[in-house]
Amino acid sequence: MRDNNSVTVTDPIVQVKNLDFYYGTSKALHDINLDFQRNKVTALIGPSGCGKSTLLRCLNRMNDLVDGARVDGSIRLDGTEVNTASMDVIELRRRVGMVFQKSNPFPKTIYENVIYGLRIAGVRNKAVLDETVERSLRNAALWEEVKDRLHESALGLSGGQMQRLCIARAIAVNPEVVLMDEPCSALDPKSTARVEELISELREKYTIIIVTHNMQQAARVSDCTAFLFEGVLVEYGITENLFVKPRNKQTEDYITGRFG
Amino acid sequence: MKSFWKQGEPFVWVTGAALSVTLLMAMVLIVVVLVNGLGVFWPSRVATATLHDGGSVLGEVVRSEAVFEGEGERLQFKVGNRELYGLDFRWIDKADISSITYADDTMVLERMEYGNFYGRLVGLSPEAQAVSGGGDAVRQLRQAHAYVMQQKDQLEELDDKLASVNYRMDQLQRKEKALLYEGRSPSDPEIRTLRQKRSGLTAKFQSLHQRQMKQVTELRNYTATFADISGTDRDMALMDLVRFYQPNSMSVLSKVRYYMVKLAELLTGSPRESNTEGGLFPAIFGTVMLIFIMSLFSFPLGVLAAIYLREYAKEGMVVRMVRIAVNNLAGIPSIVYGIFGLAFFVYGVGGSIDRLFFPERLPTPTFGTGGILWASLTLSLLTVPVVIVATEEALGAIPAGVREGSLALGATKFQTLTRILLPMASPGIMTGLILAMARAAGEVAPLMITGVVKIAPALPVDGNFPFLHLDRKFMHLGFHIYDIGFQSPNVEAAKPMVFVTTLLLVLIVLIMSSVAIHLRNKMKKRYTYGTF
Repeated sequence: MRDNNSVTVTDPIVQVKNLDFYYGTSKALHDINLDFQRNKVTALIGPSGCGKSTLLRCLNRMNDLVDGARVDGSIRLDGTEVNTASMDVIELRRRVGMVFQKSNPFPKTIYENVIYGLRIAGVRNKAVLDETVERSLRNAALWEEVKDRLHESALGLSGGQMQRLCIARAIAVNPEVVLMDEPCSALDPKSTARVEELISELREKYTIIIVTHNMQQAARVSDCTAFLFEGVLVEYGITENLFVKPRNKQTEDYITGRFG
Repeated sequence: MKSFWKQGEPFVWVTGAALSVTLLMAMVLIVVVLVNGLGVFWPSRVATATLHDGGSVLGEVVRSEAVFEGEGERLQFKVGNRELYGLDFRWIDKADISSITYADDTMVLERMEYGNFYGRLVGLSPEAQAVSGGGDAVRQLRQAHAYVMQQKDQLEELDDKLASVNYRMDQLQRKEKALLYEGRSPSDPEIRTLRQKRSGLTAKFQSLHQRQMKQVTELRNYTATFADISGTDRDMALMDLVRFYQPNSMSVLSKVRYYMVKLAELLTGSPRESNTEGGLFPAIFGTVMLIFIMSLFSFPLGVLAAIYLREYAKEGMVVRMVRIAVNNLAGIPSIVYGIFGLAFFVYGVGGSIDRLFFPERLPTPTFGTGGILWASLTLSLLTVPVVIVATEEALGAIPAGVREGSLALGATKFQTLTRILLPMASPGIMTGLILAMARAAGEVAPLMITGVVKIAPALPVDGNFPFLHLDRKFMHLGFHIYDIGFQSPNVEAAKPMVFVTTLLLVLIVLIMSSVAIHLRNKMKKRYTYGTF
């Protein structure tokens, strides 16, 4: 165990080792070592530009889309190396779902949004699709609100509903890990509470890694918290410990609001 | 005062004025075209002007103009009767006119040839009288004319049959030529059957033709006699009369009816009198078909090229250069495209097709001459930059989150493109297509050297196999305006038609864009994000 790491991960699902990340010539992540516990909620916190989103996007290789991005080091998903050319990115992204900061429903019906992942995977069975829609929407706590208008455009939903729809869409393909990139930053307090509640429920089935700006949120929803600062993993600990008794001066400064 | 400028009050006025000026210019254009175009078919009264020197003039007063040397005005009369007077129009000084009257029995004849005739009905030939049911002379004329027109319709059916037989004979001859070219001997059984078939068709053609000639000769016996203002009698075959009317005694209702009939003729009929009279159907058809084929080429080409540029090409020096080049292509004078189309499509591609597939017909070109296909391709080349720019912009305007959302669910780039991006970009792509269509509809210069003609013998679509003849030359409203307005031997007589044609062209562009805009708005509703 390293000195910045006070978490004993017994059953890691994602293991990050010696991860360096570059945007062109500038280094965004420095030697990150981090294991994520299965079926727990792990929060990544830190000031803007600290690299927490970059780290998150490394896990499902969304950074592939960025011109000039380069990753060194190892990321293992259930023991399989993610960071190799032989890795099937499509398959990886099916196993590691993602919810974005800004809700991004497709301009389709609610129904079609939820089953998008299945459709592109070639699932045609109507019963399976129907069942998936109901299960996903129920899990995303949206079913009661939209069950009567499944075939209306998703763009007519409210901001909070859209974000929950995006969560439903992500879990419809039964991923092992759900990445959430500041899922509540564009939502009002009520919708935020709703989504946080949802995250707590989802942890039973999925491993959730959430990036958040909001330290109260991290404290509320997560089991473990990692604090990043300027591309370096400063401290990784059990959430209660980290917030009550940070071991690092920088962490303490950040969570007490001295900067950030 | 300072705050007055700071607030930008004058700027608001300047922007408002700029908009007003633009609108005003567009309005004036539309109003001029509308006023001149819509009034053309309204039957105007025919005046009889008695002159001081004892002569008299019969005709429609077209316009008046101040004479500066002397005093007063002069009037322009459309006197018609071209075969008698040589000129359709006559200027007469108002000072020379002693009186103007409007005689009720003045009749205007629209004829197949020589333009309008202004005069009076004198009588009918015995044959014509025989088929009319009696009554006064005008009534008899009407009935006899209706009968002759009915007969003439049957003759036209014969005409169509003749054209079809002729076409088939042509095809057979081409086949025969092709076989001979392959090196078959003239006594080859296949060639002999072809010849037999052809001689059969020739006989059929001859008999049809003779029947037609006979009927025409018979029909020519149905005549009527008219007198012009000077009292000269003229016999005219009823089949040469398109229609006749007495404008001075027409009620408003019958004037409306006449207007409608003329409008219907305009939209469905063929031109006559070197395009200054009759309908515009072939030109309307040619214009619409041209735009349609153009879209068929430029739309997929532009969209695909834009997709490559935006989605697949690696952003860099080359892509930037290509983008600049595409933007500049939109600014190249259209005549340059025309010349390129002529050299590349007509002579290059068309010539090669002829050498490869129709060598037996050379030196008569088949595809190696201007035609609607080449003109459409030239136009699509001209409009493709518009589609590319619009599509690129539409794709670029899609929020990155949607793209990532799809990819994050395990979609490939291709799936993301076809399922999410293209539907979302479709309103923008449609905008590009609308602009492209509007641009194409207004182009004339490149068409003039790639296949447009003054009078096309046949439409590019007809009942003869293979029904679509893309090698044929075609007529076009834009070219029609230029042709009748500036190339016609009788410009004065063609002037009304210029306005009508302009009006029609504007209308067609308006209709096509309205349909496209309607489609776009539908797509917009479906695929665009609301507010968050």
